[in-house]
Formats: sequence, C-alpha cells, structure tokens
Amino acid sequence: MAILSLQSVSKEYTSDGQSVRALDGVTLEVAEGEFVALVGRSGCGKSTLLHLAGAMDFPTSGTVLIEGKATSDLDDAQQTQLRREKVGFVFQSFQLLHTLTVQENVELPLLLAGKAGARELALERLHWVELDGLGARYPHQLSGGQMQRVAIARALAHTPRILLADEPTGNLDTMTGGVILELLLRLTRERKTATILATHSLEAASVCDTLVKLRDGRVEEVTRR
Amino acid sequence: MARWKLFYRLMIRPLFHEPVRLVLMVLTVGLGVAVVLAIELAGTAAAGSFRSSMESLAGDNDLEVVASGGVPETVVATLATQPYPLRLSPRMEDFAVDTRTRETLPLIGLDLIAEGSRYAPSVNTDKADSSNKVTMEESVRDLENPESVWVSASLGKQAGEHISLLINDRVLDCVVRGVFPELSGDENAILMDIAGAQSALNRFGRVDRILIKLPANSNLEEWQKRLSGVLPPGVEVRPQGTGTEENRKMLAAFRWNLRLLSYIALVVGAFLIYNTISVSVVRRRSEIGIVRALGGDRRDVLAAFLGEAACLGLAGALVGLPLGRIMAGGAVKLMAATVESLYVSSRPGTIALTPYSLALALLIGVGVAVVSALSPAREAMQVSPVDAMAQGRREYIARAHKGRDLAIAAVLAGLAAVASRMPAVAGKPLFGYLATILLIAAAAYAMPALVNFISRIAAGVLGKLFGVEAMLASRSLAGSLRRTSVLVGALATAVAMMVSVGIMVGSFRQTVVSWMSNQLPADLYLRPAGDAAADRHPTISVELTEKIAALPGVAAVDRLRAYEISYDGMPATLASVDLRVLRAYRKSDFFSGRPTSEVLEQLRGKNNIIVSEPFTFKHKVKTGDTITLALGESRASFQIVDVYYDYASERGYILMDRDVLLSFLPDERPANLAVFVAPDAKAGEVRKEIQEAAAGHRILIFSDRDLRTEAVRIFDRTFAITYALEAVAVIVAVMGIAGALIALVIDRRRELGLLRFLGASSGQLRKLILVEAGLLGLLANLAGFVMGYFLSLILVFVINKQSFGWTIRFHWPVAMLLGALTVVYAATVVSGLYPARVAVRLNPLEVIHEE
Repeated sequence: MAILSLQSVSKEYTSDGQSVRALDGVTLEVAEGEFVALVGRSGCGKSTLLHLAGAMDFPTSGTVLIEGKATSDLDDAQQTQLRREKVGFVFQSFQLLHTLTVQENVELPLLLAGKAGARELALERLHWVELDGLGARYPHQLSGGQMQRVAIARALAHTPRILLADEPTGNLDTMTGGVILELLLRLTRERKTATILATHSLEAASVCDTLVKLRDGRVEEVTRR
Repeated sequence: MARWKLFYRLMIRPLFHEPVRLVLMVLTVGLGVAVVLAIELAGTAAAGSFRSSMESLAGDNDLEVVASGGVPETVVATLATQPYPLRLSPRMEDFAVDTRTRETLPLIGLDLIAEGSRYAPSVNTDKADSSNKVTMEESVRDLENPESVWVSASLGKQAGEHISLLINDRVLDCVVRGVFPELSGDENAILMDIAGAQSALNRFGRVDRILIKLPANSNLEEWQKRLSGVLPPGVEVRPQGTGTEENRKMLAAFRWNLRLLSYIALVVGAFLIYNTISVSVVRRRSEIGIVRALGGDRRDVLAAFLGEAACLGLAGALVGLPLGRIMAGGAVKLMAATVESLYVSSRPGTIALTPYSLALALLIGVGVAVVSALSPAREAMQVSPVDAMAQGRREYIARAHKGRDLAIAAVLAGLAAVASRMPAVAGKPLFGYLATILLIAAAAYAMPALVNFISRIAAGVLGKLFGVEAMLASRSLAGSLRRTSVLVGALATAVAMMVSVGIMVGSFRQTVVSWMSNQLPADLYLRPAGDAAADRHPTISVELTEKIAALPGVAAVDRLRAYEISYDGMPATLASVDLRVLRAYRKSDFFSGRPTSEVLEQLRGKNNIIVSEPFTFKHKVKTGDTITLALGESRASFQIVDVYYDYASERGYILMDRDVLLSFLPDERPANLAVFVAPDAKAGEVRKEIQEAAAGHRILIFSDRDLRTEAVRIFDRTFAITYALEAVAVIVAVMGIAGALIALVIDRRRELGLLRFLGASSGQLRKLILVEAGLLGLLANLAGFVMGYFLSLILVFVINKQSFGWTIRFHWPVAMLLGALTVVYAATVVSGLYPARVAVRLNPLEVIHEE
C-alpha cells in the first residue's frame, strides 16, 4: 500500500503578479521501504514536490494523501502533528542549529513533539548514522559529511514513515556524497521508510528503486527497478 | 553625488525594509533626546525665573541695600542726606494670596509718590481721566490706603474692581486702582504704596530693600565701599540682583543633578544605537566584502556605518524636538513645585524653543548616535573581503574575548571604587559621576560573561521547566552573545538607574519619615493660610498667639520665627526656638549625639547657635566655629554649639534662642505655632477652640499626622520627576528590546523556518520568542539589580552627600523595587509579542531556501 500518494497534483505560485506553475498534474505513489529519486533541471519542481509531500505546502489542485489522508483537509495543528509523526526532512545545507550540540540537534524534533526518552532515542539515531561518541560536539566541529549524517539522524529521530531529502549530497564531495547515499539507502531498507530524494546525482539515480524525471513541473518519465 | 547615491542605496534604503524596527529605533533615540531637551527647557523655565517679578519691577538700578529682618527706615534718611546724586527706591517685598484663584503673588510696596512717574506711562488708573476732579488729599489717601492696589494685566482685573488678598493671617479686601502691563512674560504681581504695604504686612519702621541708582559711569565697587561706610554694620550694600544670583547658585546642584538624570535615557539609547549598528555590520558582512572587492576602501566603510548612525540620530533628534517641548510642559510643573517647596518662591516662565535648544537636540541626537556607532563601524572597517564570507566568526570573537572583557570590567569596577572615595570638585561630585560611568562601563564589559554563564545554566533548568522552547531560547541568546550582551546591557542600565534612584529616594523618604517622628512632638501646628514655600514666612499676629496660649486645653505654645537672610553669598534661613517649650518636649538628632536638653541649654540667652546639616555643608563650618551674622542694624558673632540633622529645606538653617533673636530683631510675631495640648484635654476639642479663637484670621491647623502626611506628599511630588525620568529610560530600553527582537527574528528566520520543518507549531515559535524576551528581561533585571545596588551606594553616600550635604540612612524599598522590576519584566515580555508575530508569519518554505 502506498504511504504517499500524489493524485493529479498541480501547484501554482504568484510571483510579481504573474502566475507560475511549479507542478502540473503530477501523479505519484510511494510505498513503504521504497527509495525514490526525483531528477530534473533546477526549477523543474523537485523541491515543490517535496514540500507538498511533507505537508509544508498544499496543491492548487489535485490531492496529496499521506497514509490515505489528504493533507489539504488538515488544519495547522494537524499538519504540525503530521510532520511530528510521519515526515522527516533532510536539506542540502544541513540546517543544523549551531548553538546546539550534535545530540541536542537530533533530540530537537522529539522535544518539539514533547516525546519522552529523547536522549536515548537521539543516541540510537546517532548510532544508526555511525556517529557514536560525537554527540557532545557542536556542528562547526564536524566535517560536511558528518553534518549531513547528523541531519539524517535528526530527520529519523521520530521514526518517520516518509523521509524527504532535498539535494542531500549537493554540498558534499563525490566520495562523501556516495557515503551519504548509501546511508540513506540502508536506512530506507532497515527502517522501511518511504524515501524521496531530490537530486542531480547520477549515482543516486543509479541506486534508487524508482527514478522520476521531472520537466517543467510535469512527470516526464517514471522508471521502476 | 555618486557616493551619496551609493550611501542611500546600500545603507538607507534597506532601513525602510523593516519599517516597524526603524520606527522603534528612531523613537528610542527621539525619546532620549526629548527627555534631555525637556529637562533643559523645563529647568530654565522653572528655576530661571524665580523672583523675576520682583526684579522686573525693580528697574535699572545699580545697588541694593539689604539687612536681615529688614532695613531700618532711618537708613533711607541716612542715604538721602548724603551729598551724592543718588536715586533711592525703598521697597517692601512679600507675598499675597489671591483668595479666589489661590495663586501666590509677589506683593511689592513702592514709594508711589516719588516713583509713580516712572510707572505712570504704563499704568492705566481709574483716576487718569482728567475730567474726574480728585483732590491731592484724596490721591494721597488712596495711595497710602493698604486696600489700594495696582495689579498686573494678566490677573484680568479692571480698575475699580475688588481683589481679595490673604496677607499673613489676614484677608484684605482691596480695590484695584490701576492695571499695569506685564514687564516680563506672564508674571503677575500686586503693587501697593510702600506705606500701604507696611500697614498691610503689619511691618513698620523697616523696608525690605533700598534700590540705588548711581550717577552714570560710576564705579560700582567704589560706591559700594563709600555707602557701606555710612551705614550701620548689619546693613549690606551689594549690586542689585545679588539675591537672585544667590538663589541661582543655590539651585545649581538641583538643576545639575536633574540634568544628569535626564541623560540616562540617552545612555540607554546609546547602547541601542551600538546594537543597531553592530547588527547592521554583521548583516552586511558580505556586502562589505563585495564593496571592498569592487574598490571601496576602509574609510568608505567607516563613513557608511557612521553615516547610518548619524541619520538615525538626526531622525531621532527631529522626533525628539517636538516631543521634548511637549514633555517640558509636564516637567516644568513638577520642577516648579520642587523649587518652591525646597528652595525659593518661583513662578515658571514660558517654555521657549530657542536656537540653542534646537542645536542641543541635534547635537545630542547625532552626537550620541555617531559616538555609539564608532566601535562597530571601526570593526566593519577592519573586515577583509575574504573574512566577510566567513560565517559565525563574529560571534566566535565575542566568545573568545569574554575573559579579557571580564578583566577590563574588574579594573573599571576598581577604578569606580577609587573614584567614589574622592572629594567633590568645586562643589560638584564630579568623581561621583565618574564612578557611576565607570560602574556602568564595568557592567557592560562584564555582561558577555554574565549572559553566557547564566544562559548556559538556565538552558538546562528552563528546558526542564518550560520545555524545548526555553532551551532553544537560552541557547540562542548565548549563541548571539555579543548582541544579547548589548541588549541586556541597555535594559540593565535602565533597570540599574531605576533601582539605584529607587533605593536612594526610598532611603531618603524613610530617613525623612523617621526624622519627622522626632521633629514633630507637638499635637497641633499652625501657620498662616496659603501655599508653603521654603523662603516665605508669613506671620501670625501676636494677639492671636496669646489668645491660643491662654486657652484652657493648651499646655504650651512653641513660637517659631524665621527670616530669610543671606550668609556668605548664599540664602539661608535664620530661625528662633522657644526654649521654655523645647526644653520640656523637643527631641532632636545632633551630630554630637548629646541629649537635646543639654544642647539647647547652651543657647539660652547667649550668642550660641545650632545649625542644620545642609548649612554646614554649604558653608563648610562645624561645631565650635564662630560665624558672624548681620541682624537688623548690627553684626554679631555666634558660636556653633552643635549641628542637627534636618531635611525640611536645602537652604540651611541657623537656630538661636528666641529671646536672643528678639534682642536683635524685636518683632514678636511668630511664623508657626506648635501647640502642646494639656494632658487632660482632647486634641480635637482644643483644635475647635483654636478655630473659634482664630475667627477673622486665616490660619491652617495641622495635627502632627497631617503634617507628616503633607510632608510625605511634598516629598513624593518632589521626586515624581525622577520616577518619570526613570520610566522614560525603561520605555526607551523596552522599545529598543522590541526593535532588537524583530532584528533577531529576521536574522534567524532560517532557523525558525527549520523548526517548522522539524515539527514546531506556530504556538511553539511564539513561545520561543516570548521566552527569549523574558530571558532578556530576567537577565537585565538581575544584572540591573546588582548594578543598581552599587550605583545606589554612590548616589546615597557620594553624589547626594557632595551635592546637597544630606545624611541619608540606607533603606531597601522592597515593595517599590519588587513592583518596578515586575513591571519592567512584564514590559519586556510584552515587547516580544510583535516580534513573535513576525516569527509566526514567516513562510518556512521561503526562508529555508534563502541564500
């Protein structure tokens, strides 16, 4: 069964009084444990699709269903609740809080959700991303790859059903990027998350279960392996 | 021109992108400027015009002849018979109360027959019409009649109308014989013929002043010496207006301290300008790099940031000008009331915005802004194009310098301690002020370490108590250490001044209250009706005094008489005490600690005096010293046998035995009566008896409790302006915090957007910002309280002592401090509401992808 389902989803923005269509009739289903790579040129709608999938934004038309529930029907509190329970985000520029330690960064979503046992869960997630023993460090004391691992551990802190990663290797060198991709793939398999990766990386495209090519906001091609 | 265009595009235009913050910033500077301007304008209006009616009507004379208790009329004759071409103008000068408006007016008695012609052109009299046939006898009778008065036009009276005047303890129904235009501003005055004035005041045989006009091109000092030679020893010849100058000198410390207090809001504003320009430098690091890479030099960068500060200062000054004028209206009333109750009868003049005040506003607005911006602007100048791209380096610098700053703070605090022990310079507590500045600077340097220490401790505790938002807030504040420290420093300075002035005023109030419990042993106190003032001593008639003393319920009556005198170039009050009553009842605090009866016994029948603490301070005298006083026609030496604590007046008191004073100035009328009720009588009934006995007289009767309440009311009114100044400083700081929080939200928008991605609700974001505001308030209250305590020690024991000479016993006004700190804290949290709204309204999608 699909955890995430996009049905004829379109998204329009108004920029300087002009309407811009970022997504146009996109239909896509992502199942548990599936690793999806979104590829396409800059501005083709990859990030917009991730925002809609994470209930951070809403379609102008069409429906986004997460575990069968339309995100457009949720009020602000329910959307927040959805993000706290079912969605994890990873960003190209890591987006770690520099005033918090590594462990505190990972604990953050759990604390925001008011969950108990945040410390233990954070240490476990750091173990998942092979950063045991670095919890007390601050982000500026880590390498780029380590920072992205922390960001992944944070995204997985609350065991989300869907992991959305926007160019997670974009700020890393090829070798480190490869390591991060492997990590994401492994965790997707082990944790049975539905992972959607927006990327320019050919390597990512080669390891994914499903390759979705976007062009001008439309799905040009879907390749399932 | 090209540079101006660039300056506008890069520095000024971006300011308008955050209009609320810009408005708050300009308002904070504007308020600071407004307060300084208001105190300057109000001070000039309230304290600069005292007795100006007296002086305006004095005309263009050169010398004046004065004596304690009045100049004997024989002196007029002595001077008139000298073979010199002098113009003499003897005058009576006192006060009358218009019973309808309750306004206290200068009452001036002139020799209208001799001098009438000088005023005639401006006086419109009801006898001016030549068609009225008035005999010479009738005219003279009108003049000498104490019921004939001439009034200034602003009283709104017409010739022929009646005006009811309270003079001493009697009401006189007077006829307005003429109206004269105001000679200066809107000053009111009542004119009488000198004989009429003597009669109305019941003071015969003496005049208050003789004004002397010398021949043209005379040498003032030579004439002074020549005339002194022919006058009795107690009578002084001095340049006209010396009294006014003495009063002005006496008011100098009051005005000076108030003026300095008004600069607090400006100091707080300086912190905020510093913060604004620091934020501006951090935000524009990459722009600095680009401008430098494109050919801009270091001086361009420095000029750009100083220019930004100058523009903020200029805008603040322009806002502050009208605001200051409005605030001066309120301040002048408070200041005038204080001047009158503590120093001298005065009537506030008009508030005038002069080119000087305009220049002052611009100077302090732009000047403070530019000086505050110097340090961050210099740092911007040092930034290399490569460094400009390095993120987070600046905060690292702030963290790295914590230890060094703490060491500087310790040195500054040590210097403050040394400065606080230095004596006054030319009567001004300059080192006391220096100690204050050094202490504020020490606190500013210690702030990063304090903020870092407390916010790191608080992170854990607050996280447990108030959740993750509190933990994030405290981490964020510690993370932006430099910015947080400046904000906390600004608010802490305002809080510190509030705490220190609060402690000083509270201590002073408590000292006065406990002093009064010793000073008011009688059951009832009487004085002539009308407003009280430090230099006005209207009298009660002797018959009434005797009548009251003879009442069956009255055990004893203490007759206090007071005269305004000039001693050693400063105004002072000479008073007499009735030793027969005092010995039995009165308790006083003396420097020597000796029993009151023992000290007062030394006064009996001898040329011995006791003096108040402010007198010893002003004239640098002490127990055992001998001083010479001019009393009536004679001069006599008196030995100071002790010094007593006194908080009634800053003028300084000299007290002697009533019988001794009467031997010099034989006027038995008392100014105040203290009535001791017989043990078997009831105070309420005795009060009624006194009221009946005083029928036809206008006197006020107070119980000791009434008098205490009244004294505390006057005290609170006196210090109302200091509270107002502190309130403005706190408002400035809180507005600055609001503006800075908006900047903080905008600068941290990516982080706030990220929190939304990580599952933060809008309520949590709001809470985060409010907790940050609350933490800033908490830190500022804490730091401000500690700083305020030390500042209060300087205020109480150094600045107050060196400015006014009062001994104040330290007292914690707990309720006041708790109330004020709570209000400041609540205001700081409220100041976070708008920034919190801005944070909640941020679009996380936009901010997370911003470069």
